[in-house]
Amino acid sequence: METALFVAWFEECARLVRADRDRLTRLDAAIGDADHGTNLDRGFTEVLKALADSAPGSEAEVLTTAGATLIRRVGGASGPLYGSLFRQMGKALESPVTLAAFAAAFEEGVVAVERLGKAALGDKTMVDALAPASRALALAVRDGVGVRQALDQAARAAAEGSKATIPMQARKGRASYLGERSIGHEDPGAASATLIMAALAGVAG
Amino acid sequence: MVGLVLVSHSAGLAAEAAALARGIAGEDAPVAAAGGTADGGLGTSLDLIEAAVRDVDRGVGVVIIPDLGSSVLTARLLEEDGRVVVADVPFVEGAIAAAVAAGAGAPLADVLEAAEEARAFRKL
Repeated sequence: METALFVAWFEECARLVRADRDRLTRLDAAIGDADHGTNLDRGFTEVLKALADSAPGSEAEVLTTAGATLIRRVGGASGPLYGSLFRQMGKALESPVTLAAFAAAFEEGVVAVERLGKAALGDKTMVDALAPASRALALAVRDGVGVRQALDQAARAAAEGSKATIPMQARKGRASYLGERSIGHEDPGAASATLIMAALAGVAG
Repeated sequence: MVGLVLVSHSAGLAAEAAALARGIAGEDAPVAAAGGTADGGLGTSLDLIEAAVRDVDRGVGVVIIPDLGSSVLTARLLEEDGRVVVADVPFVEGAIAAAVAAGAGAPLADVLEAAEEARAFRKL
């Protein structure tokens, strides 16, 4: 897994988020403040600009640049959360980037998100997609699965985790103010986390 | 004096809360507002908060008081042990209590404690 793959990951993130911008915003309109799609679209567009301007020389640098840009440019809660995910991954990533190194860095990134948002599995947040993806990566490493198949499994785990948020009652963020009315809607953060994992599986193929 | 940064999703709310806090605590209290996104929308800007922290930093600590959601998450990214602290307090009451304590020259721990006391303050 090399630098170009990580740049391609963010290009694909930007493309998928833009394509699904209105769906993300509709999900957020149901239980949030209806800006998730537009916020992330702006954030990832800025990430691509920052990557083009700084021409990062390593995988870790791509991740920390993307993370810092999301923190500064998104404007909503997903900015510091995704920003922390990528920044912490960048800090933790060891070279050469094997699947095992990537899985370990990803797990640290997810822990950073859980810590900052004080969210755990079942709270109806992006963690419900990210944590299963992280577990799928760890299992793939344990089983000696190839990179492409491992990332496919992680993307699938994220998608299943996101769908599993539909019957949940939110305990974090604006949706938590809705109480039981948050039940029956997919969490927009889990939905965007699914796109991010799908983007990685897509470019690794 | 300890500096105070008020972070709200709304630029107007942060600015008015800061004006209210200065009005009650005195103009000397270093209170800055960092509300909304960099382009004036609803949300949070790390750049605006960082600039506000620099603005009120007199070298004895800065307390950030966020309102909710992304304000809290973004503010927490700036935490520095013993230097930049995020207070988990009600926005208006905490801001005024902290500003009064800061304006009176209290050290960081006492400013934080004053802000924390605002959480238990009963109006009725």
